[in-house]
Amino acid sequence: MKIKELVSILEGEVVFGEEYIENEVFAACGSDMMSDVLAFVKEQAVMLTGLVNPQVVRTAEMMDMKCIVFVRGKRPDQSMIDLAQEREIVLVCTKLEMFSSCGKLYENGLRGASGK
Amino acid sequence: MENIKLHYDVDSNDFSCAGEASGKIKKALKDLGFDASLIRNVAIAVYEGEINMVIHAEGGVIDAEISPEKVTVVLKDKGPGIPDIEQAMTEGFSTAPENVRALGFGAGMGLPNIKKYSDTMHIDTEIGVGTTITLTFNF
Repeated sequence: MKIKELVSILEGEVVFGEEYIENEVFAACGSDMMSDVLAFVKEQAVMLTGLVNPQVVRTAEMMDMKCIVFVRGKRPDQSMIDLAQEREIVLVCTKLEMFSSCGKLYENGLRGASGK
Repeated sequence: MENIKLHYDVDSNDFSCAGEASGKIKKALKDLGFDASLIRNVAIAVYEGEINMVIHAEGGVIDAEISPEKVTVVLKDKGPGIPDIEQAMTEGFSTAPENVRALGFGAGMGLPNIKKYSDTMHIDTEIGVGTTITLTFNF
């Protein structure tokens, strides 16, 4: 799924990385626990989270993730935007909560680490 | 290729900076043209170790050595030590304080993740003295 499609499905707003929204993501994970995210490996994935701190961007960096979606109307601060810029990671905000965000993406064909 | 040695100090005072050293090691491996999945394994394991250093040990030092056959990473701290390694290796077991959990860590996945992503892991720990974790990643 292209990042721009994901943004449209989630009625999201691109906070950073408009130039990368043609990139594809092939898997997704939703979690507020970064250690759980780190236990999941899939290239070109998107992370959905309600957590807002710089370690979210660093976790995405270590996992080679292309996009982070902040759910429940959470917004990244400038330090996170700066980190994402250096690492070319798209930041998206949506007002939808985690459950609905994951459900909508699943409904549109995106899958988790297991592929199921 | 001659072995490349990298050294980083991990500061305990700023949680937001945790991950700087892991990110630099990741970039060094990328610049050297290593395989992406190997780089990711190193980055994740070292990042978990770096986070542990900040949470439990008030920082420490990370040394990495890159040779043509493998990457060796030594994470050394002067923290409280690990009383029961077997317990600490259990997924879900955590002694991290609540403020750390609020930041998304302390799920009891740190050491299990480090083991999962490395080829060998050796923990040398002494109560009140510190912990040294030696990791190797084979090519």
